[in-house]
Amino acid sequence: MFKARIIPCLQLLNESLVKTIKFNTYNYIGDPCNTVRIFNELEVDELCFLDIRASLEGRNPNLKVLRDIANECFMPLSYGGGIKDFDTAKAVLSLGFEKLVINTHATIKDKTFITKLAEHFGNQAIIGSVDVKKNIWGKNYVITKDGTLKTSLDPVEWAQELVRLGAGELLITSIDREGTWEGFDVELIKKITDQVSVPVIANGGCGTTEHMRSVIHEGGASAVGVGSMVVFQKKGMGVLINFPDQTELDNLT
Amino acid sequence: MITIIDYGMGNLGSVFSMFKRIGIKSHVTSDLEEIHKARKILLPGVGAFDQAMRRISESGMQKVLNDKAIKEKVPVLGVCLGMQLLTESSKEGNLSGLGWIPGRALSFAEELNDTSLKIPHMGWNNVVKTKSSALTNDFTDEYRFYFVHSYFVKCKERSNAILESTYGLTFDSAIQRDNIFGAQFHPEKSHKYGMKLFENFAKI
Repeated sequence: MFKARIIPCLQLLNESLVKTIKFNTYNYIGDPCNTVRIFNELEVDELCFLDIRASLEGRNPNLKVLRDIANECFMPLSYGGGIKDFDTAKAVLSLGFEKLVINTHATIKDKTFITKLAEHFGNQAIIGSVDVKKNIWGKNYVITKDGTLKTSLDPVEWAQELVRLGAGELLITSIDREGTWEGFDVELIKKITDQVSVPVIANGGCGTTEHMRSVIHEGGASAVGVGSMVVFQKKGMGVLINFPDQTELDNLT
Repeated sequence: MITIIDYGMGNLGSVFSMFKRIGIKSHVTSDLEEIHKARKILLPGVGAFDQAMRRISESGMQKVLNDKAIKEKVPVLGVCLGMQLLTESSKEGNLSGLGWIPGRALSFAEELNDTSLKIPHMGWNNVVKTKSSALTNDFTDEYRFYFVHSYFVKCKERSNAILESTYGLTFDSAIQRDNIFGAQFHPEKSHKYGMKLFENFAKI
């Protein structure tokens, strides 16, 4: 039976776990390893860690923190942030991560980086990541380098290109929705899932299981990224690592 | 005490941590003396078949492992590539496997008829018991595990298959011959289900 994956997408700021709103306004969540332990208890299907400032600050992935995370984590893992050379990619995978999330380096420096990684580690290990924003006329464009660098790329065309280059999965993040609890940009996700054959993880804006249902059914997403909803008690309230009840999730698909 | 064999293929941290989490002592080693003293052996593995066999034979581990598994009959559990190594050979490489369980690893790319299925087989999948085994004690229908593999094992003797899974075709997802066990999936990435399997192995 097809079952959409619900993936907590957790934001690292070097050694700490944070949560942003629209890629700004950082809230401190806690220690990543403690959080992983709680997600172990909650039996989450998969976890994604993104170091949201690594590319912007020109940092390499913090392998020490990633090693600690991988050693605590009894579920599949992906990581993104600051991966810009083959050796670093290999180092992250060898720590026990299954997938790499690639955004900035492929978007602005060298798109064949995706191909190089996919050929060596397999398409399944490479998630192409696209951050999307709307301009004042409501037109979507791709933004990169942790939401600081506008590009002229169209999100749907760029998503297709990433798949051609070798990405085995796509992570589509709507920055305008990120951290808002207001729901996914279902229209954007639908446009992309209509054009690509690989699984798409819809990210940005999830606030309820109803949001998940709509992006899976109407948007065609294979997986949903969740952030605020699983690290805060409620919108505007304190930190509480949580996960929707399995029976509630079983009814989604 | 579980001896986790380190032959340089992949990170063993999560295997070690999972044993620790369920209160079972384990240690990671590549030392022949230590392996020689082992009471229970876990053979992990991520990567290519030939490279793994080369490392096992060149390090001198193969002889020690053979003694432990075949002569002393200590319980051995091969995980993922570690399970494929228990068989005689693999379509992935040219070298012989450890040959403890008759059978070989075949390729999804060659055997799958449904071309829409992605390779490797990656994700959570169900397992079906084909035979009772100490390794799969108390497994129920809800049991599912996390898989990542491009090659799959088919045992020569059907009696050596203990779990089956289906991905376009049905393959052996766990195998056993006497004291030797294999699991194609990653128990260390399959939270409570993996813990149960490790617990069962520790009790053997």
